[in-house]
Amino acid sequence: MKAAVIVFPGSNCDRDVQVSIEQSTGKPCAMIWHKETELPELDLIVIPGGFSYGDYLRSGAIAAHSPIMREVKARTDSGVAVLGICNGFHVLTETQLLPGILMRNAGLKFICRDVDLRVETTSSVFTQNYAKDQVIRIPIAHNDGNYFTDPDTLKMLEDEDRVAFRYCDAQGGINEAGNPNGSMSSIAGILNRRRNILGMMPHPERLADQLLGGIDGRPMFDGLVEALVA
Amino acid sequence: MKAKIHVTFKEGVLDPQGKAVRNALGSLGFDGIDRVRQGKFIEIDLQENDAEKARSSVKEMCEQLLANTVIENYAIDIIE
Repeated sequence: MKAAVIVFPGSNCDRDVQVSIEQSTGKPCAMIWHKETELPELDLIVIPGGFSYGDYLRSGAIAAHSPIMREVKARTDSGVAVLGICNGFHVLTETQLLPGILMRNAGLKFICRDVDLRVETTSSVFTQNYAKDQVIRIPIAHNDGNYFTDPDTLKMLEDEDRVAFRYCDAQGGINEAGNPNGSMSSIAGILNRRRNILGMMPHPERLADQLLGGIDGRPMFDGLVEALVA
Repeated sequence: MKAKIHVTFKEGVLDPQGKAVRNALGSLGFDGIDRVRQGKFIEIDLQENDAEKARSSVKEMCEQLLANTVIENYAIDIIE
């Protein structure tokens, strides 16, 4: 699997996700500066977490118009897998590669802690190594993670099995107590219709090594390597 | 010309910041407030001298970048 991480001014999870990918692939993962206009041959593009452009205007709004994003869009059209984590999810909604938007957390506080997530679909290259309804523990670290969309789009996401992860309680129950940020329908991550783009607020790269205190993020990267083996 | 743009949440979109401001005003003793909605104000100095052209170009800016029309409305004032 050939992978690259896009780096914007203000990205700060770019090197963490690079380490996670390299751990799973055993191969170097390229880092691509946002001013580039071309990408090498790739199977996976990661848009990392952070505060691209200082979150000016809206989180991800300026990064969405960076030169490299035109090329990222073109690659998604040809089926290349794209994973947007946290601020990367913001960028994907701002480019309209994914529907909806991430608003300010309902409690108005930056939340940085491990949360429980329920795997809602295994039908994607990102989630195939998890079991459906499996509860995994992954950290979140965000101020704007409150997923919002119109009722028709929400219904479409559910009907098309495009919700990848929901926030849940420790038993996998979907309820207010398990929802840290007020996200509509407890949504933590969604797929595009073609299922080659995943945007998620939690950070799988932050629990992908025993040294970090957990490995629940690891199956995502291992699964991508298995699915996208070139 | 100058463009003054207000970007505000659409009706029905929760505005937790507006709610927090409303609560803070209440605790300062300001009574009689039904609701507070918080938004953004953006001012742009334009080289364009034709008001209609200026308006249509600012509208395009709002659609493409300044507002996220999933949750936000925008209102444009062009001032000569």
